[in-house]
This record gives sequence, C-alpha cells and structure tokens, in this order.
Amino acid sequence: MFLSSVPEMMEWGLRGASRSRRDALRWRLASLAVFLALWSVAGGLVELTKPFNPLFLPAPWVVIGALLELARKGQLWVHVAATLERVAVGFSAGAVLALALGLLAGQVRAVRNVVEPVVELLRPIPPLAMLPLFIVWVGIGEGSKVGFITYATFFPMFVTTVHGVAQIDGRLLRAAQSLGARPRHLFFRVILPAALPDVLTGLRLGVALSFFVIVISEFVGAENGLGYLINDGRNFFLVPQMLGAALLLGLLGYAGNGLVRVLERRVLRWQHPR
Amino acid sequence: MKIRVRGLSRTFVAQGRETPALLDVDLEVAAHEFVCLLGPSGCGKSTLLNIVAGFLRPTAGEVRVDERPVTGPGADRGVVFQEYVLFPWLTVVGNVEFGLRLKGAPAAERRGIVARYLELVGLAAHAEKYPVQLSGGMKQRVAIARALANSPEIILMDEPFGALDAQTREVLQDELGRIQRVEHKTVLFVTHSIREAVYLADRVIVMTSAPGRIKQVFTIKLPEVRDRFAPEFTHYESEITRVVKEEVAKVHE
Amino acid sequence: MSRTRILALVGVLVVWAAVSYGNRMLGVMAPALLPTPGEVATVFAETVRDGSLPRHVATSLARVAVGFGLAAVAALALGLLAAMCVPVRLMVEPIIEFVRPIPPLAFLPMFLVWFGLGEGSKVAFIGYTTFFPMFVAIAAAVLRVDVTLLRAAASLGAGHLDLIRRVILPAALPGIIVALRLGFALALFVIVGAEFMGADAGLGHLIMEGRTFFVPAQIVMGALVLGLLGSIVNALLLATERRLFRWREAGATS
Repeated sequence: MFLSSVPEMMEWGLRGASRSRRDALRWRLASLAVFLALWSVAGGLVELTKPFNPLFLPAPWVVIGALLELARKGQLWVHVAATLERVAVGFSAGAVLALALGLLAGQVRAVRNVVEPVVELLRPIPPLAMLPLFIVWVGIGEGSKVGFITYATFFPMFVTTVHGVAQIDGRLLRAAQSLGARPRHLFFRVILPAALPDVLTGLRLGVALSFFVIVISEFVGAENGLGYLINDGRNFFLVPQMLGAALLLGLLGYAGNGLVRVLERRVLRWQHPR
Repeated sequence: MKIRVRGLSRTFVAQGRETPALLDVDLEVAAHEFVCLLGPSGCGKSTLLNIVAGFLRPTAGEVRVDERPVTGPGADRGVVFQEYVLFPWLTVVGNVEFGLRLKGAPAAERRGIVARYLELVGLAAHAEKYPVQLSGGMKQRVAIARALANSPEIILMDEPFGALDAQTREVLQDELGRIQRVEHKTVLFVTHSIREAVYLADRVIVMTSAPGRIKQVFTIKLPEVRDRFAPEFTHYESEITRVVKEEVAKVHE
Repeated sequence: MSRTRILALVGVLVVWAAVSYGNRMLGVMAPALLPTPGEVATVFAETVRDGSLPRHVATSLARVAVGFGLAAVAALALGLLAAMCVPVRLMVEPIIEFVRPIPPLAFLPMFLVWFGLGEGSKVAFIGYTTFFPMFVAIAAAVLRVDVTLLRAAASLGAGHLDLIRRVILPAALPGIIVALRLGFALALFVIVGAEFMGADAGLGHLIMEGRTFFVPAQIVMGALVLGLLGSIVNALLLATERRLFRWREAGATS
C-alpha cells in the first residue's frame, strides 16, 4: 500500500488491498462472511445476556430489518437517491472543473502560475472547514452541499490532472509533430491519451472523497439523505437505522469506486493487455 | 539538393554559461542519398539532426529542404528516435497509421498502407499488439514502419539502434538496408558505430568534437548489398576509425 | 519556504484583498459574505486576546493527539503482530474488509450515542478513524521488508528477537512513519467535522459558530488556522522523517 496523501487513504478504503483479481473477490466474500458470522454471534449474545441495552449493538438481522422497514415505507429510496444525486452532481462538477483547469494549467505556464498558488494555499485546509462558509454563502439547501462536494473533490483531481500532463514525455509530442500533427491534433491524440492514467486515478480519488465528506454535509442541515438518516437516528436512539444507513453508504462508495475502476481497465487496456 | 544546411551554428545556454554545440556547419544531402553523421559524444550530431527535424532552432545559419527554409517539425521529415517513442495507448496498427489518420486518409487506404509496411518490417503477425508487449527490436521496427507509412521524402534517424543488443542491431541494419533499396528515401542517420555507418551509408560525415564541425566526408563506394567482412569494407572502417580516433582523443583530453 | 511559494502567497493575499475590498466598494455581494483580510485578522486578534482561540486550538489538538496516539500505539502493535503472524492477520482481516468502505464520519453520530457528548466520544472517534488505515499501512510496511535482508541476518547468526529489533523494525520504519504522518493528517481532516456537532469547544466548533452567528470572517479565520496547523505539523514530521532516513535515499532496497 503506497499512500502519499489523505485522499489516497480514503480511496484505499473503497478499493482495498491490491490482489490478483481472481483471489480478491473470493477473499473479500470470505472475509465479509466471517465478519457477519462473528457479528451475528456477538449480537445474539448481547440480545440473550443483555449486558447493556441491545439497542446499542444491534445484531445484523436487526439492522437489515430496520432498512427493510424503511424500504417498505418507501422512504429508503428517497434518502439513497438524495445522497447519490448530491454526490453525482458535486463530483461531476468538481471533475469538469478540475479537468478543464488541470489540462489548461498543465500546458499553459501562465495559467499554472496563477492557479497553483491558490490551490497550494487551500490544500492544507481540510475541506470540511469550508462547509459552513458554503452554507453562509448559498444557504442551507442543495446548492451548498453540492458546491461543497465540488470544492472538496476539485483539489485532488486538479493536482493529478496537472501531474498527468506534466509527466508526458516531450518526445511523444515531437514524434507526433514529425508525423504531421498540428496543435489540436497534439491535444486530442497525444496529450489526452497520455494524461489519461493520472486523470482516471484522480477521478477515483474524487469519488472516494465525495463519499467521505457527503455525510457531514448531510448531518448539518439536511432533510433527506443517508447522512440525515444517520444523524436523525440519534434523536430516538435508532442505532439499527444509523448502522444500516452507514452500511449502505459504504456499499454505494464501493460501487462508485468499482465503476471507475471498470472504466479504468477498459480505457487503459494498453497498460495490461491480454 | 534535398537538404541544404548553410553556416549552421547552435549554442546552448545553461546557468549563464554558453556551450557551443555546432559551429558553422555546411552540408548538402542529395535526394535518395543515405548519409551518416558520425562522431564522438558531444560532437553535435544529434543537435544537427534535431535542427533539421525542426525540434530546435539554430543560433545562426539555416536549413532548407527543397529550397524552403525549415521552421518546425513536419510530415515531410519523418523521425525515428533512439528510444522508439511509440504511442503506448495505440496498437502497432494504431501507431503505424497515426500520420495517415491525421491526414484524413480513408480507412481502406490506411489498412492497405499499414499492411504493406508491417509486411516490409516483418511485423504483420503482431499488428494488434500494444507496445508494452513488444521487444526493443520490434518496437524500433514499428517506429520505422510508422515513419515510412507517412510517406515522407526524408527520414531522420537518431541512433535508432543504439538501445538494442548487438545481434538485434545487425539484424535491423540488414532490414534497413533492404528497406532503403525498396523505398529510396533521403536519409540522415546519426550513429556512434563506424561499422554501422559503413554498412548503410552512401556518404559518411565525420564530425569534430564540440563545438561540432565537419571534419571529413567519406564517400562509400561499395555495392548496394554490403559484406561486412569484405576487405574493401574493412578498409573504409579502418580509415574512418583513424579519423574518428583523433577526435575521440580530443574529447578525453 | 521557497521564494516562489512566498510570492504566490503574497499574490493570493493581494487578490483576496482586491476582491474583498473591491466588493465593499462596488457592493456586488453583501459585504459580510466576503470577509476582507483585515476582518479576518481582527477576529484572529480578538480570539487570541480573550484566550478563546488558544483554548479551541488546544482542545482540538488534544483530542487529535490522544485519539491518534492511542490508535498509533494499537496500529503499531497489531500491525507488527499481523505482519509476522498469519492467524492474527486472518482474524483482523474480516473486520477491516467490512469497515473500510464505510466513511468514518458516518459513525460519528453513533459514537455520540455510545459515548455521549463529552471528550470521550471525540477521542474514540478519532481513534477509530485513524486506526484502520494506519494498521493496514504499517502491516504492509513490515511485509514489504526484503526477505533477503532477513536471510542475510539469519546467516550472520541473528535469532528471532534480533531479526525483529535489528532488521524488520529499521527496514520498515520509513513506511511506518509515513503511515503515522498520514494518520495524523487524516485525524486533522476529520476532527473539524467531528466538532461541528455535539461539541462546544474546538476549532470545528469555532468555525461552526461563525456560521451560527453569521460571522464569515470567523469561519475563514478558523479554516486558515487549521490549515496552518496542519502545514506546520506536516512540515515538522517531514523534516524528522528526512533527518532520520538519510540512508533511504542512498540505495534503499524497497
């Protein structure tokens, strides 16, 4: 596990250790099965012996029951959809901005000199610290949540995109020019493909970061969403609901990361053919 | 004259110090001629090639191709690099047809041309492979096919076989000779290897150590298909070696 | 700090001042929404003077330090154990596999339920958040130690304990320190969010206050202080890393 930044840590959370693909699935399923078994045993024991209120450590079936109840009432989908929508819109906006600025900054020195200082200044500040500012600016509604996700995901994606362009071997450009390439050819047929691996890594980081921070924005002033479900559960000690929503969130994040990795494998077939 | 170089000079500036790489070089290459640039390290032969290719600007002098001045790289001068420089995200076919796609050639035409050149370099069976799956020698052959498929009249090669082992090197030299007998391009070929130069070139231009000037020009009067062990071949080799050694001694002074 | 860095910071400051003061003059946005550097500095001075800023910083740092400290110790112990002992690895693996995709912040309300609103919940939460990534990273660092190093030491007569003390730990140390550094950064990242709710002290709380009482300058100030804190700690840790591991540059085996 070679991490060098906090976003990478978050992405590791969704991706897990690197293993050969065939093994990975089997290992994961086995691990999850073992955990579920242990949890069931622990939960069962707690219910039987009641060392404390079982509500504080619900067994798996209680959690699933709570989720199913919400689903039956038709509420679960509302919350899931709300969270997904915020993540999707926020992440997409962040990605578009980061890619556009990143590609530009990677190629045009002047742009880079202007944007990079701002990025370097803002990067050490945990994005969460800016959430209240977004709320002050845009109000408590969707705009602040989406805007906040855009802001948070922008940084890792911008940095990786700039790096992706910067690391391009200059000789690739020369080779293309000697084959008759003009500037627009260079951009679309050399720079974009060559920067793509890093860009896709950035996207993966962005997805992980989105799911990491969406909860907090849904704790603070939301009326729907998985984060809201979790925080709302505090009022009546609905721990099963809280745990269930957290689990769902994990699942969604895992799926999102999986999607990007599928895309990566497709688009970057040339790195590991056969 | 296909390529005309007049009074070419190039100085590099690094940390306030000026290093002259080329000084007042005059050179002419006729159409369909195969010319080798030979010389010790730092003699400026690669710099000269890069200027002809349009990657570098001269500090003084000019380069004309077909009597028109060179202002930048172009499809009229194909380049083969020492480190292959294939596009890793494209297959062998994708690489070879790169220039053709830029020109907007229709798919059928592209297929035909690519097939022809892959056949020529002997890689037809590996058409759908990616560069990461190819050996060094195969990659260089793709690079050559890519340059040729674009039909430039001039091919510039910068120590193209330098990164290969000795055996592969000789095989590719044979192939290049064969290809040239078919294609008859105008070639400017930079190399370290005297043997290679005598094997491939119509003329061998020996350059001085930095700042680079032309020391001596050898016209190789050997048959088209050359025997590396023939006495005439060895004679050229030793003659040129003698001249080059003088310059190498200067570098190590 | 390099010259370009300083120039860049000054540049940003200038632009910020220009935009915010310009906004005052032109009235594009409500002036309160775009605090000027001057306003932010004023809030900073005030909170320093009345002692609230140092108090909040200390509170946040304390929570991070204790939570991170506990997690680090645990991660080190368990990480080493797991790397060297397959059964331990097999036991911990399921838990990690289950927990890792779930954003730690999603458990924050649960920690508040389990541990109440006091310091305990924040510390436990930080501990939980930082433990797992550090554990995995440390275990990975130990596993990455070149087996040939161990063989060389064994053929020089090293016993089990020697191998751990004199080969495994030194060789894995760079990776371990990186893991710790990142764990700390993660803790700082998360503490703000944790202090948004169920806290009445700490930088996160201070920032949230800025929103509650509509003083955006306070939010900006809090954020900047946080960023500064993070940068300083990170720079310190990096410097220590570099000092300790000069040998790493000269031909490391990993």
